[in-house]
Amino acid sequence: MTVEFNLNGRKISVNVDPDRRAVDVLREELGLTGTKEGCGAGECGACTILVDGVNRLSCLMLAAQLAGREITTIEGLSRDEGLHPLQDAFVKHGAVQCGFCIPGMILGAAALLREKPTPTRDEIRQGISGNLCRCTGYQKIVDAVTEVTRAVKEEGKSS
Amino acid sequence: MRKVFLPRNMGELWSIMTDEPAARVYAGGTDLLVSMRSGAVVAPVLICLERLPELQGVREEGGEMWLGAATTHAALLRNPLVARHLPLLVQAVRTLGSPPIRNMGTIGGNVCTASPAGDTLPPLYVLAAEVELQHAGSRRRLPVREFITGPGQTRLAAGEILTGIHIRKPVEANCQRFEKIGQRRALACCIASLAALLTLTPAGVVISARLAWGSVGPTVVEAPAAEAALTGSVLSRDTLNRAAAFARQAVAPIDDIRASAAYRREVAGNLLLRLPQVQG
Repeated sequence: MTVEFNLNGRKISVNVDPDRRAVDVLREELGLTGTKEGCGAGECGACTILVDGVNRLSCLMLAAQLAGREITTIEGLSRDEGLHPLQDAFVKHGAVQCGFCIPGMILGAAALLREKPTPTRDEIRQGISGNLCRCTGYQKIVDAVTEVTRAVKEEGKSS
Repeated sequence: MRKVFLPRNMGELWSIMTDEPAARVYAGGTDLLVSMRSGAVVAPVLICLERLPELQGVREEGGEMWLGAATTHAALLRNPLVARHLPLLVQAVRTLGSPPIRNMGTIGGNVCTASPAGDTLPPLYVLAAEVELQHAGSRRRLPVREFITGPGQTRLAAGEILTGIHIRKPVEANCQRFEKIGQRRALACCIASLAALLTLTPAGVVISARLAWGSVGPTVVEAPAAEAALTGSVLSRDTLNRAAAFARQAVAPIDDIRASAAYRREVAGNLLLRLPQVQG
């Protein structure tokens, strides 16, 4: 079937089996390998994408469900040449080790900040609790997200 | 290749269900798609309910609340009516899965999956929730405790879907508590849980008590003897210990990868001891 949706700000149309998983459509049909598959069962968050701005798991969504949706993958989180502020903060804080969980982690954090621009550290931990990282121990990831919330707070003060 | 349908209204749904009697129905996909991938479930045709407006949202209907079956857990947590009238359910849903799972999974899916570890089930039992079931041209209501018949088993008939959940507002229950034991806080399948709906006098005497446990039997476990042990008393250590003993008799847990039966039995009683911490 032909599935039409918006991907990283562009309208696209792909011809795929309707029961193909969204993660396979992204990685194999569209070559966007930033989205990772970890457990394939909804327990790790590595395959997180944004669907109409909300973090969902692309291993538990079928191609047919992409129709008409606005999909953001890690490749499209920053809509300009540079990195997204979360990506910059992850680099600055050394929040990345093996890196496999990071695309999902950053998209999970982006969804959290969209809903709650200035979360506490506890709220950040809860917000990314669906994204498992086996390297970092999470401290530096939470530091990185906190930095972005601090920037938001300062922006709020100055305006 | 399987066919996947996304009906946009109930008329479309009923005609697809008539044409495709072997179809499996899903909403969030967080259970069915996992079971299909592991080979535990074979489904030649799939119908996804995520785009049916008739199954979405929350309504206040007099003394009752109606929760659309395909309303996601995250949508329930954001809903002010649910926050005001169903705090017990809110506590349970907060512990369910993880943020992305709550953005996908639905209350109707949690009920139809009928897992012994389903986090919304103990609250729905003590709230005496009723499921609303529809078939092309007919509609019926059934108490959730009659709807669920075993692990993964329900009275959902062929061609029928769960469309919503009715819950009478527990206006008198001034102590509502959900407690869950898992190996970690997020993404943890429940080892044992307790939903408690109590009405207390200002002096703390229990006027009525409804209790239900998850993950300690093939379906949610209720223990009338434990409820009776609380009724008429304050929540003292002695009273709670007496009720806990009845609870440990009522449960029928199993050993599995997450915990032993003996641990689950012990903890099922111990969860009652947490109730005084939140009295009032």
